[in-house]
Amino acid sequence: MTVAQIIFLITAAVILGSAAMVVTTRNLVHAALWLIVTLFGAAVLFAMLNAGFIAVVQVVVYIGAIAILFIFAVMLTRREMNDTGPGLNKGWWLSAVTSALTFGGLVWLLQGWDGLSKVAPALGSEFDAIGALANALVSPEAYVLPFEVASVLLLAALVGAVYIAFQRKGEE
Amino acid sequence: MDFWTDPVEAAGEWLSGIFVGWGMNADAAHVLAAFVGILVLISVVMVLDIFLVWTERKIVARFQDRIGPNRLGPFGLVQPFADIIKLIIKENIYPVGVDKIVYNLAPIIMMTSVLLLWAVLPLTEFLGLDLNVGVLYLIGVGALGTLSIIMAGWSSNNKYALLGAFRQVAVMISYEIPMVVALLIPTILSGSMGINSIVAAQESSWYIVLAPLAFLLFLISATAELGRAPFDLTEAESELIAGHHIEYSGMKFGLFYASELLHTFTFGGFIAAFFFGGWQGPWVSEIPALGLLYFLAKATVGYWLFGWIKYTMPRIRIDKMMDLNWKFLVPFSFVLLMYVALMNALLAGFRATEGAMWIYTWGMFLSNILLGWITLEILRRRAHGERVKVEGAVVEAGHH
Amino acid sequence: MIPLWWYLILSAALFSIGLFGALARKNAVAILLGIELMLNAVNINLVSFWRYNDPTRIDGQVFAIIVFAVAAAEVAVGLALVISVYRRRNTVVADEIDLMKW
Repeated sequence: MTVAQIIFLITAAVILGSAAMVVTTRNLVHAALWLIVTLFGAAVLFAMLNAGFIAVVQVVVYIGAIAILFIFAVMLTRREMNDTGPGLNKGWWLSAVTSALTFGGLVWLLQGWDGLSKVAPALGSEFDAIGALANALVSPEAYVLPFEVASVLLLAALVGAVYIAFQRKGEE
Repeated sequence: MDFWTDPVEAAGEWLSGIFVGWGMNADAAHVLAAFVGILVLISVVMVLDIFLVWTERKIVARFQDRIGPNRLGPFGLVQPFADIIKLIIKENIYPVGVDKIVYNLAPIIMMTSVLLLWAVLPLTEFLGLDLNVGVLYLIGVGALGTLSIIMAGWSSNNKYALLGAFRQVAVMISYEIPMVVALLIPTILSGSMGINSIVAAQESSWYIVLAPLAFLLFLISATAELGRAPFDLTEAESELIAGHHIEYSGMKFGLFYASELLHTFTFGGFIAAFFFGGWQGPWVSEIPALGLLYFLAKATVGYWLFGWIKYTMPRIRIDKMMDLNWKFLVPFSFVLLMYVALMNALLAGFRATEGAMWIYTWGMFLSNILLGWITLEILRRRAHGERVKVEGAVVEAGHH
Repeated sequence: MIPLWWYLILSAALFSIGLFGALARKNAVAILLGIELMLNAVNINLVSFWRYNDPTRIDGQVFAIIVFAVAAAEVAVGLALVISVYRRRNTVVADEIDLMKW
């Protein structure tokens, strides 16, 4: 057991435990807060994978924006402060079976693959992942088009979200 | 490793050497030494925080033409300790209907979000992690502060706390955009997102000279991010009583208060690092430890600047504040970013050639002044037009 | 060193938990929470494949960034829809939003 492996196992336990809390907690604000724990764990994993930029963007975008949006939405859509009734619908056991089958199927698929015990290749000391990422995002041979499309998508989502949630005058 | 050029590294090696001597794994010893280093840094910062309380009270007293704490100890220096004892021995109150875990977690996360910033604060050349995503890290840690405010507001089970938290979170998310863009400008000028590299790149000229408008933008958005007057909508004593920390008392309130002060000082430090050359100063290359002194002096000036703004300006209404952000600061910051990047690229030739550096510096400075003047002129014309419209309406109303 | 399959199993488990949340929860906001978990599982997969294949080829990270953009857009529009539905029908329970059911 190296230090990295111990850190990975702790992080994985935190991620899976908090993810289980996200889908089972009745109180939705608590579920959103547990989601933040999960996302933070994922950020730790990204940092362990030497993807520092992705890790920080994960914190900025997910925790700073998406999780806060969730908490706002939960607070804006509740009739009273306390939740009542079950959080799961009637056919929840069917969903449990489906997701268990998905997990089993994925594990079964992975078993037949020979690249499983691969270890990470060493990063050269000169290798600059952020520089490479930046170049890939703006160079025409690589991903400039998907990048621009993603920005258009964000703009469209922004306009759409404002339009959908906007309360016009005269509407109650 | 020479102790005088890199004392932190030397101390770390010495400490992990001791741990290995006790029969510990080399990796584990390294991790443990790092933890000891973190503990030392946090302790120093928290002691600094105690004295910030005193400084804050002295500053506000001077602005309000008072003397401030002056009874306990010389210049009232012992006063913060008395405050701390009072806060600690206060009764631990839980209001009805609070969500206990979230309620207790909120002040801790608030303090943590401030302490995490010190990881990338470039105290000297050798102290302070040169994270290659340092600028983004600053924003990401700010997100944790936002989270703690909404946690405090929601768990308190109090409508004023919730309203205050909503307002503050809306403000913080909105003002994050001009802040990110303002921080991109030092990034462009230095070619690095590591904060220590940004400081190192300011050896010949500080970025306050090269990008004064970015400094103003950062100052405004940082004030909003810190929730200090004129943007202290979360506190808003007269409307919201105290916003998100209304239900907190004792040391939990103390943590909010202390983290606000420390946050302000930390942002003073970031202003120093991004725009005032951080640890740069005379004789730093000979004695690197001198950088710490320069840095703390500049950070204190930044802290005082925030205090000056806080105790001079009246509070702004929330909708005006959002208007300021979305209708002025955000578009302006985008224009400024493109403008500075363009000027930097045009003048890059002068920066490279020997002896022409002053053309680059003055070119950047004057072009910034030009853009600021154009912006002010546009705003002035617009304000004039608005006033004519309103006054015309008033005159017409008087006729009928 | 951590072998690749640790990451893959973790992300498969996270994906399954998210799938369960998206299928079984009643509240529309909670369904979106489940979808977020699934997107994160995908991101862990993408970044670990980037790291374990050839790190000089940056495609995995670019994909992860595009997933971030898609997740942000999805949450913004999704939550706007939820709030809009709540205004009109005063409910966010997915089973009760059944105007299209026949």
